Amino acid sequence: MDKKVLPVIEFKNVGLSFDNNQILKNISFEIATGQFYTLLGPSGSGKSTILNLISGQLSADAGEILFDGKVINNIPAENRRVNTVFQNYALFPNMTVFDNVAFGPKLKKMPKDKIKAKVREMLALVKLEAFENRAIQELSGGQKQRVAIARALANEPEVLLLDEPLSALDYKLRKQMQSELRAIQKRLGITFIFVTHDQEEALAMSDWIFIMNDGKIQQNGTPVDIYDEPINHFVADFIGESNIINGVMKQDYLVNFVGKDFENLDAGMQLNEPVEVVLRPEDLDLVPVDQGKLIVTIADQSFRGDFYEITAIDDDGNEWKVQATNPSSVGARVGLDFGPEDIHVMRFNESEDDFDARIESYEGE
Amino acid sequence: MKNNIRAKAFFAIPYISWLAVFVIVPIGLLIYQSLTNAQGHFTLANFHEFITSSVYLPMAFNSVFYALIITTITFIISFPAAYVLSRLKHRQLWLMLIILPTWINVLLKTYAFLGLLSKSGLINQLLLTLGFGTHNLLFNHVSFIFVAVYLELPFMLLPIYNSINEIDTDILKASRDLGAKPINTLRQLVLPLSINGIKSGIQAVFIPSLSLFMLTTLIGGNKVMTLGSAIELHFIVTQNWHMGSTIAIILILAMAVTMYFTRERGKQK
Repeated sequence: MDKKVLPVIEFKNVGLSFDNNQILKNISFEIATGQFYTLLGPSGSGKSTILNLISGQLSADAGEILFDGKVINNIPAENRRVNTVFQNYALFPNMTVFDNVAFGPKLKKMPKDKIKAKVREMLALVKLEAFENRAIQELSGGQKQRVAIARALANEPEVLLLDEPLSALDYKLRKQMQSELRAIQKRLGITFIFVTHDQEEALAMSDWIFIMNDGKIQQNGTPVDIYDEPINHFVADFIGESNIINGVMKQDYLVNFVGKDFENLDAGMQLNEPVEVVLRPEDLDLVPVDQGKLIVTIADQSFRGDFYEITAIDDDGNEWKVQATNPSSVGARVGLDFGPEDIHVMRFNESEDDFDARIESYEGE
Repeated sequence: MKNNIRAKAFFAIPYISWLAVFVIVPIGLLIYQSLTNAQGHFTLANFHEFITSSVYLPMAFNSVFYALIITTITFIISFPAAYVLSRLKHRQLWLMLIILPTWINVLLKTYAFLGLLSKSGLINQLLLTLGFGTHNLLFNHVSFIFVAVYLELPFMLLPIYNSINEIDTDILKASRDLGAKPINTLRQLVLPLSINGIKSGIQAVFIPSLSLFMLTTLIGGNKVMTLGSAIELHFIVTQNWHMGSTIAIILILAMAVTMYFTRERGKQK
């Protein structure tokens, strides 16, 4: 992240509890302007809580929340320059589409012709030009979602918060809204903070992802960084499909698992340190037995449209998930091949800062 | 299909019989009585008297006036109370406390107020010990309105509570998120979205208030004469059933008009 630009939002050691339950544990992060951020995590991980703290619907027990460099802990929600797209749309059922979108501008006492222009502009942005006079009850789920986006954007927020806005839509519509949201964000150039539990959605849309679990940020980075270099078991498991195996780091660039030594690209750990090893299913290739680094037996195979999902068992009884373009047959003995760059080693309980420092130490920036 | 209709007709028999015996026939009799005189001849004289006499019109005005006051006061108390109630943690308990008194007979509650407000009642004794002397708390307009409001309050509060409770809390959050102050949210969302509950509450309070008669005697000391007390007077004291029926018919018409103006328009969801 470019640290020279002043962050639009900053959390400094923010904590929040409900009934002795720590929802957020000492969270700190920065949000830069004009980027598409995603808070990704399972339900109850604290991601929606962060949105509510930014919007002002909740207030923090501890720590400071800064907006444009100023502490906003005590600024009421209605005076913050952020707006929210709610999961269930939360449109006003007693108003037309026009009045829903005009709600914010009217409160700001904008002149009538300006309000009209603003509403038209926003409805054009979400491709609902012809829907001005419709009642909310007449809209489909996707159209309601668009109105909700237009309504939030009509207030010209510096930051738009989106709380699982696509989770109620069907698969195709969701895909379409993903790319449209992304396009809208690029066009307006404001910051979007998107909350989801769908890792595919997060990888597809975001400039930067925060992975949340158990009230803490587990890892943050670009989608590619997080996918390629998961910091711990949770992240490796949550993002994409993974084979996670216990191993031992013999020395720099040499890891041992399933009883064999493999060359890899990780370093900076102690000699013979116990580690976890991640191998992505799509990085594993099925090869003839004599060419394989591991010998496995195919236990299960299912067709997934663009690939075959194969489950194989090695001689030690470990399960291996493999994604192959060509089918194999159940019961066949095959070899598994992978390169040093496909092996990713994770230390137990390594913090994100330590992780970054260690990588810098041997990659030299 | 035919069987189905027959079955439905069969299940409707108790209700239709009830309707016939206790609603349609009595109203028919009322209409008949109101359109005849003591000799049993057809006449419009009763209605003519109602409109021209200096007794009944002020009485009708009184009825509407007191019903309006009672409805307004119950609404002013109920709406904020319902709103707060819908935000409370132990709503069911609080709701129960409001519903409970409605299970007790109205007459009993009225007598309880007689005990409370009388010359030697609890409140006057309290005033006396505090050095304010005793006061006539009963048999005036204020005591009549006060007790009527107490009795009618739950019937205003419950429908309003129900409709406010149905409003999605995210809608209120969204309003605030878009920059609305509580007063904006109240005027533009909570009020319009609970309008059906408010209408039901007005119906449930205003209509019965038009024909209050027991309270006018017991608590109002006959200082308040409404159409309800006039009907009681004609049927029981002066035995003029024809005029009593005329007033009853006019009262029924007034109720119908109220129902029309407070009807539910277009279900909102």
